[in-house]
Amino acid sequence: MFWPLLAIAVCVVAPANGWWFPGIAPWELGQQIDDLFNLLLIISTVVFIGTQIALGYVLWKGTSVKTGGAWFSHGSHNLEVIWTILPAIILLFISLYQMDVLARIRVMSQFPEQARDAPVAEVSARQFEWRIRYPAPGKKLMPQPQPTDLYTVNDLHVPVGKPVMIRLRSEDVQHSFGLPELRLMQDAVPGLVIPVWFQSNTTGKYDIVCKELCGWGHYKMQGELTVELEEEYDAYLQALQAKMNDDGFSAEANNAVAQSNEE
Amino acid sequence: MSIATHDTAGAHSHDDDHAHGGHPEIGFVRKYVFSTDHKVIGIQFLITTLLMLMVGGALALAVRWQLAFPWQWMPIAGDLEVFKQQGGIISPEFYTMLFTMHATVMIFLVIIPVLAGAFGNFLIPLQIGADDMAFPTLNMLSYWFMWPAIALFGISFVIGGVTAGPAAGWTSYPVLSAIASAAPGSGPSQTFWLLAVTCVGVSSMMGSVNYMTTIINMRAPGMTLFRMPMTIWGMFITAILQAFALPVLTAAGFMVLFDRIGGTCFFVPAGLVVNNADPTIGGGQPLLWQHLFWFYSHPAVYIMLLPAMGMVSDILCAFARKPLFGYKPMVYSMSAIAGLGFIVWGHHMFTSGMNPALGMTFMVSTMMIALPSAVKTFNWIGTLWGGNLLFTTPMLNSVAFVSMFIVGGLSGIFMAAVPVDLYIHDSYFIVAHFHYVLFGATLFGVFGAIHFWFPKMFGRMMNDNVGKLHFVLTFIGFNGTFFTMHLLGVAGMPRRLADPFNYPYLEHLLPMNEFMTYSAMLMGFAQFLLLGNFFYSMFWGPKCGRNPWNANGLEWDAPSPPPHGNFDSIPVVYRGPYEYSSPLTDKDYLPQTEYIPPRPQPGTT
Repeated sequence: MFWPLLAIAVCVVAPANGWWFPGIAPWELGQQIDDLFNLLLIISTVVFIGTQIALGYVLWKGTSVKTGGAWFSHGSHNLEVIWTILPAIILLFISLYQMDVLARIRVMSQFPEQARDAPVAEVSARQFEWRIRYPAPGKKLMPQPQPTDLYTVNDLHVPVGKPVMIRLRSEDVQHSFGLPELRLMQDAVPGLVIPVWFQSNTTGKYDIVCKELCGWGHYKMQGELTVELEEEYDAYLQALQAKMNDDGFSAEANNAVAQSNEE
Repeated sequence: MSIATHDTAGAHSHDDDHAHGGHPEIGFVRKYVFSTDHKVIGIQFLITTLLMLMVGGALALAVRWQLAFPWQWMPIAGDLEVFKQQGGIISPEFYTMLFTMHATVMIFLVIIPVLAGAFGNFLIPLQIGADDMAFPTLNMLSYWFMWPAIALFGISFVIGGVTAGPAAGWTSYPVLSAIASAAPGSGPSQTFWLLAVTCVGVSSMMGSVNYMTTIINMRAPGMTLFRMPMTIWGMFITAILQAFALPVLTAAGFMVLFDRIGGTCFFVPAGLVVNNADPTIGGGQPLLWQHLFWFYSHPAVYIMLLPAMGMVSDILCAFARKPLFGYKPMVYSMSAIAGLGFIVWGHHMFTSGMNPALGMTFMVSTMMIALPSAVKTFNWIGTLWGGNLLFTTPMLNSVAFVSMFIVGGLSGIFMAAVPVDLYIHDSYFIVAHFHYVLFGATLFGVFGAIHFWFPKMFGRMMNDNVGKLHFVLTFIGFNGTFFTMHLLGVAGMPRRLADPFNYPYLEHLLPMNEFMTYSAMLMGFAQFLLLGNFFYSMFWGPKCGRNPWNANGLEWDAPSPPPHGNFDSIPVVYRGPYEYSSPLTDKDYLPQTEYIPPRPQPGTT
């Protein structure tokens, strides 16, 4: 059968053409997710090739039997036992083997302490944008909005190399906060505030993708995650604060107005 | 017996109207339109679902057009008056309508009714040796409740023009589906959509009650439970699943309807500002809908699969000329799938914010449901092992079922593993997975079943060469369209995006999407071969006798096509349905009704 050959061909060709993961995950758990994926890929490819070869073999054998007729058999108890217990062990192994990574990503008591205690921002999904609320530099993020909070849209900045937690909520319908490059996704459910933690060990810009249908504009609900050095991140928040506090009548602006009046 | 009593006494004893060789007094309308004959109803379901298959396929091709040629003028439909305002292109609003209705039509109007409605109706009485269903009038109603559903789906689709049809996905998650201002399509269209789903549910429930009663009460003498063909087991277990799962969906649908028009807040939390409307009041919970919806819709996945598994088992045995490998393990594994099917719904909600401890439980139960599926696959291969194979069209389609079901089953394991699912959830990987199960498995099984039981339906054969051509083209087009979706999923392409190439990291996937669309077009055109073959053979195909395939089932004991009342006399069953190549007889099949006198034991004379 050509199936096993095709499967191998795909495994070789796909990564070369970019039909594979978008880059290497920039954090440990993301890489573990890739590893788990690859483990499943190996197991399922072995099963796939084995079963398809078996299928192809019995088909090929069956066509050549012309005399003597078919084998009159109602099955085999021993085979049934074997092919029930063997997959059961493999499946149980897979599900238990995945538990640890799942717990570290999702169970809040397993979150890194520094991330859990100090969420960096609140991300509110809204048709069709991501609204981001940071606490003012030096302050903690409060559940309720504070007068000193800083706001941006579709532009989330986090420091590099340390675990960060955001509070995810929705202002209208259901959305989903997807970071494909970090292998992460969490729905934003109306009425719930959901903690999400992640980490990036490399600086750079990543896409924030809405992954749950949220209306006609779902396809363009695109945000950007900027991972930067601690100093740059602090500077970014300072600049954001300065911009927020700027009422349009700062020193330079006043001078400009005065000059135009004199003229 | 007159028609009047036949009509009013729906649950009359089935013995006294047995074997009417035809009712000359029945008019055309009662015979072919409002018929209570299970065979006519089954064929009505079959033709309706084949037409709906073309509708759903056309919607899918429009979706594929947008993904391969985003924002380009749409062929054929682009010239229509309604698209003029959009410039002949698919608007994002229309795109969301397209995939919503594609899934709706394919699930509610094709897959579920073609299995339970068409083949369930046609085959259950014939295969268990009954003259009709237990409740013929209820059976007729179950078909005619499909049409209000089709009409309501149609109304919901056209009422808002090309921008405001139902667009919340077939899953219709609130709050999007519960608040009219949430989206252009969340207005009256959504209400009609929900009503249509309710009608489909009523139709399915009528069928389900009927199938259970018929299978339990009306089996022919000697037809014990473990002599039933796998098809009947599939239909029986499906009927039980429907009876337990459907009420939940119907109730949940009414709860959304109340939220929409009655002012309740089952699914709407307080304080949402949707599309600049006034803040919502109330303290509902959107996750509740997901739990209720998937409590039905996960068993529904098996409703859409188990009957096809049964039919494929029958077809494989008939053309391998060999008994089914492990009949009882097949029955038990099918029951296990049904049982486990009720405790795995949470795997649709791994990223939904449900308690992670629940996610772990659902991960284990979901992994475990792969086990009976694996057992079935091994048994199918065992059935073919050492057979004397005949590669007819039904056989080819059934082998494709097994082969594609392996792919669909294995890709399911990736989604069942929660950490991996965090990445591939709602990506094209899942789209590939469920198309491999619903199209690659179920629909190929249905194609096989159509070719296999067509002679019994119409007394004529379908053209085998056209059938093979249809199979080959569909198989190539299918894999070209859907295998590539796995790769898109791994590359991170989310589903349901009108223009995924908005995202720079997906731009390089455009050529692959074009290839998929060409494959899908090939697959779409191939279906005209099926329709042509079907309708041509219905009138002009070569006539056949009672048992053209030399198969064992009871249905092949009746005339082709069977008259009203089915059998010449009540069949008596002596053995299971899979005694092919038995040493008890010289021919390579042994019908269930054939009596073989016990051989004198040596030494007893």
